[in-house]
Amino acid sequence: MNGGMGLLTVFVLAVFVGFEVVSKVSTTLHTPLMSGANAIHGVILVGSILVTGEATGAVEVTLGLAAVVLATVNMVGGFVVTDRMLEMFKGKKR
Amino acid sequence: MSKQTWVDLAYLVAATCFILALKGLSSPKSARNGNLIGAAGATIAVITVLVSADLKHLPLILAAIAVGSAAAVPAARRVPMTAMPQLVALFNGVGGGAAAIVAFLELKSTGGGFPLVASLFTVVVGSISFSGSVVTFLKLQELITTRPVVIPGHPVLFGGSLLGALVLAVVAFAKGGAVDAATYSAIGMAVLALAAGVLFVLPVGGADVPIVISLLNAFTGITVAASGYVLDNVLLLIAGTLVGASGTILTRLMAKAMGRPITSTLFGALRGGSTAGSTTAGADRPVRSASPDDVAILLAYSRKVIIVPGYGLAVAQAQHTVRELADLLAARDVEVLYGIHPVAGRMPGHMNVLLAEANVPYEQLKEMDEVNPQFATTDVVLVIGANDVVNPAARQPGTPISGMPILDVDQAQNVIFLKRSMRPGFAGIDNELLYQPNTSLLFGDAKDSLTKVVSALKNL
Repeated sequence: MNGGMGLLTVFVLAVFVGFEVVSKVSTTLHTPLMSGANAIHGVILVGSILVTGEATGAVEVTLGLAAVVLATVNMVGGFVVTDRMLEMFKGKKR
Repeated sequence: MSKQTWVDLAYLVAATCFILALKGLSSPKSARNGNLIGAAGATIAVITVLVSADLKHLPLILAAIAVGSAAAVPAARRVPMTAMPQLVALFNGVGGGAAAIVAFLELKSTGGGFPLVASLFTVVVGSISFSGSVVTFLKLQELITTRPVVIPGHPVLFGGSLLGALVLAVVAFAKGGAVDAATYSAIGMAVLALAAGVLFVLPVGGADVPIVISLLNAFTGITVAASGYVLDNVLLLIAGTLVGASGTILTRLMAKAMGRPITSTLFGALRGGSTAGSTTAGADRPVRSASPDDVAILLAYSRKVIIVPGYGLAVAQAQHTVRELADLLAARDVEVLYGIHPVAGRMPGHMNVLLAEANVPYEQLKEMDEVNPQFATTDVVLVIGANDVVNPAARQPGTPISGMPILDVDQAQNVIFLKRSMRPGFAGIDNELLYQPNTSLLFGDAKDSLTKVVSALKNL
């Protein structure tokens, strides 16, 4: 248990890191950035796995597995599609 | 070290990877590696949880992951670049859905208090994000109309569904989460939240959908952060917060680029008409239309050409033809630049991705602030499928686009519009620029017109 205060601290720091890291991105990369950030929240897969691993009864297990499928689509699809976009930005320097 | 310490360390590594991924995405050179680092972080996190946690139903979980991957990879690989925004919207929605389910299943184990509030919050916002993203997907895929849809009693229904969800959330909270009555309240709450998500996105018109994608992305980020709090999982908290912050920034940047507050984008159609605008009878006024040969000659003997691509270019899939044209001009020692308005395309930066797909060097892609001072020294501006973002009416008060920063195309020597018809842009207002003496119009599908200009240019 990290305790509410510990989590709150992490949350506030993460807000600042998020704003700081993203605020300098050029509009050229807004679409990949959005797509990449989208892939990152696919990490809810970890939560889905944890919850499904504790689930009891058919309804809970089914719901949990549905969450695992959805989260996997989010994470895997997100990273693959971002990579495809960024592939096109590479090595165009003269 | 104890097992828990190893797990926490692995999560810390994963969280660091996510921060590096976002940081990498700030420059085209480091972006691809950044994304791979992010993917590595995600892999580390998933392996950690699979190995360390004492999981029931492990074979089923692995099967579910396999199913999800099998569905996602081909979709992500095959989708054309023009359809990218709707795929991102869909991926965002399923993430929100997953977060809502996770929080719903955790309701009874929270034991009341703030964690229960956080899980109820996650169920509501996750559901809104899910259904809202699905509607966004349908709009962008043009399975439903891209025009704003307002059903009778829309504001009441929208407000009512949100309020109802809130009431049921309070009921579920009062029951303490662990009893059946609380579960039923939570189910009702989720259903109302799903309805609210649909009602939220329906009135938003096609051109404003990018802002909604960005906002829903932030929503999903916040729900993931909240479920991290519920599950006492620092990684989810950090990752979700990062996404929430980046989504918020992007949404604000977009709204600024559109020159109106986010609320008018979202709720303008509900208030009646700010996005509909008034159409003036523009068709009666004389315009100069040009043939592809005229355009080719004008371009061939210029020194500097700026191409302003818009939504119409994306629709016509004309990005490769534009590139061909630019190459031909470059071979004649004409300087070619692209002036990209921040809201060109269907999501922020979408135009850049489309042009990058056509191998346009990103050094030629100029942002608005960078390109605006250059129009005065430009011989020809080629406006392809854009309208509102070059409309000087934005500089005057009292129009739907007033205050929107625009590309100062009117300062150039010559302006050529490639348009399908005289129909006004999305904002529904006439563009004075079309009637100026130094403006010519080339009517037709952007790709057809460009192909004709290219062949005329080759024959010169």
